[in-house]
Amino acid sequence: MDFFAFVKPKNELENSAEKQQNVPFVPEEMWIKCPKCNTLLLTTDMEENLRVCTHCDHHFRMNARQRIALLADKHSFRESDKDLTSRNLLDFPGYDEKLEKAKKKANESVRCGECTIEGIRSVLCVMDADFMMGSMGTVTGEKITRAFEYATEQSLPIVVCTVSGGARMQEGILSLMQMAKTSGAVKRHSDAGLLYITVLTDPTTGGVTASFAMEGDIILAEPNALVAFAGPRVIEQTMRQKLPKDFQTAEFVLQKGFIDAVVKRDMLKPTIARLLKLHGYGEG
Amino acid sequence: MSANTTTNTNTNPAYEKVLAARDASRLTAIDYIKNMFGDSFFELHGDRRFADDKAIIGGLGMLYETPVTVIGIEKGRNTKERMERNFGQAHPEGYRKALRLMKQAEKFRRPVLCLVDTSGAYPGIGAEERGQGQAIAENLMEMMTLKTPVLTILIGEGGSGGALALAVADEVWMLENSVYSVISPEGCASILWKDSAKAPDAAAALKLTAQDLFGFGVIERIIRQPKADDLAMFESLKLLVLRTFEKNLALTDEELLERRYARFRKIGCQKA
Repeated sequence: MDFFAFVKPKNELENSAEKQQNVPFVPEEMWIKCPKCNTLLLTTDMEENLRVCTHCDHHFRMNARQRIALLADKHSFRESDKDLTSRNLLDFPGYDEKLEKAKKKANESVRCGECTIEGIRSVLCVMDADFMMGSMGTVTGEKITRAFEYATEQSLPIVVCTVSGGARMQEGILSLMQMAKTSGAVKRHSDAGLLYITVLTDPTTGGVTASFAMEGDIILAEPNALVAFAGPRVIEQTMRQKLPKDFQTAEFVLQKGFIDAVVKRDMLKPTIARLLKLHGYGEG
Repeated sequence: MSANTTTNTNTNPAYEKVLAARDASRLTAIDYIKNMFGDSFFELHGDRRFADDKAIIGGLGMLYETPVTVIGIEKGRNTKERMERNFGQAHPEGYRKALRLMKQAEKFRRPVLCLVDTSGAYPGIGAEERGQGQAIAENLMEMMTLKTPVLTILIGEGGSGGALALAVADEVWMLENSVYSVISPEGCASILWKDSAKAPDAAAALKLTAQDLFGFGVIERIIRQPKADDLAMFESLKLLVLRTFEKNLALTDEELLERRYARFRKIGCQKA
């Protein structure tokens, strides 16, 4: 991440006696620049504003922990299958090191569990970009499949927040098969007459788009989130042409008819709760 | 792994398979359809929504006395055909045509044979605008509960989601010289090592050959590669396909779908 590159190097500040007198020392972590409008934001302000730019409404990415806090009622999330952990099944070169690094940043590519949303019992799955860009490996597929199977068994609605670079190539064909496996579990949940809401967040691409992300009864997306099957770089390379502005944004796929609504983050939880109620799910 | 030293002048058995799977002189889906269904084949066109995608050829045919629906991804056999068939890279309307024919097959409880040969779903502006991801996702979901037997044979390249969209089947078979992968070796090498020339290394790492996949339990059968005039080989393939359909036609819908679900459910399943 290069967000802090704009902040003057510390020694430059220290060298200026005048500045040293007038400007209190500010740790770099306290500031963040909005990549969209370039405004300098106090990190605490941005965090308090649900990681949305207070100036232009740009939605910064959220990790799984932050998103669970956003959507699940306080202390209601009971996580399942925490012990499932990615392994180097194909003995893929370099994958062990990548996993080791990823596991320092996040527990897994997805966190699943049961919670209440405005008092309504629901299963919640939240993917995590901090773990290898939310790529779908066998553990991702297994956890999501189990979450759908549990929701079907318990007659619960399910909310899945997606963020993913696609299927994880280091697990080869086994990753690809997770697209079919998860889709099968979604279908069974659907055939049981239960509600599935998808929340597409930036970026949702590849094998996740081409499976459970696009299989919701109702598909929501956060503003300006990239929603694609083939990512823009892949298309530019094949087409050798510049892509139209706003191509593959949430607003673009809404206009093309592939999602139901673009929902700002502060409205996400009330919107989900409202949809749950509209399907007859209630408290207790 | 010699990822940092190998170049594309080097090769390995996995990459040889990739090259063989892409060999332009190979038989394509049309050849299989001709050899297996002969004059009985009647082509059906269009997705009833947008267009007729020529990268996917589908229709009806008689397998001995049994009517079947056959759907193939067609790469084309010469330059003109390849252009027309978009090199076997389907658009959303192709996957929607395939699904329409599968639903029709279900209505008449006709078994479905899918022949897969694609480097992948087409990555282009129109494909994205018309919902490539959604089209594939819908196929995966609907095929899982299609109440009629489905058999998929990979006859060349099996490129990622674009191949899987026709491969949620009761059984998946591969030709001995075919590959099936989550990403092309070139794509993998350029993402991981910023060098598509390291594709042979990626091919080996991805474990994408028919033999690898059989080892993982991802496919049921490896079949010998027929030649154009190899009538005996096609005859035995037809018999094998028929026997598999007959076996699955004898099941109840519940048994059929339970087995199909279990087939995928077990892949990458870790005990807690």
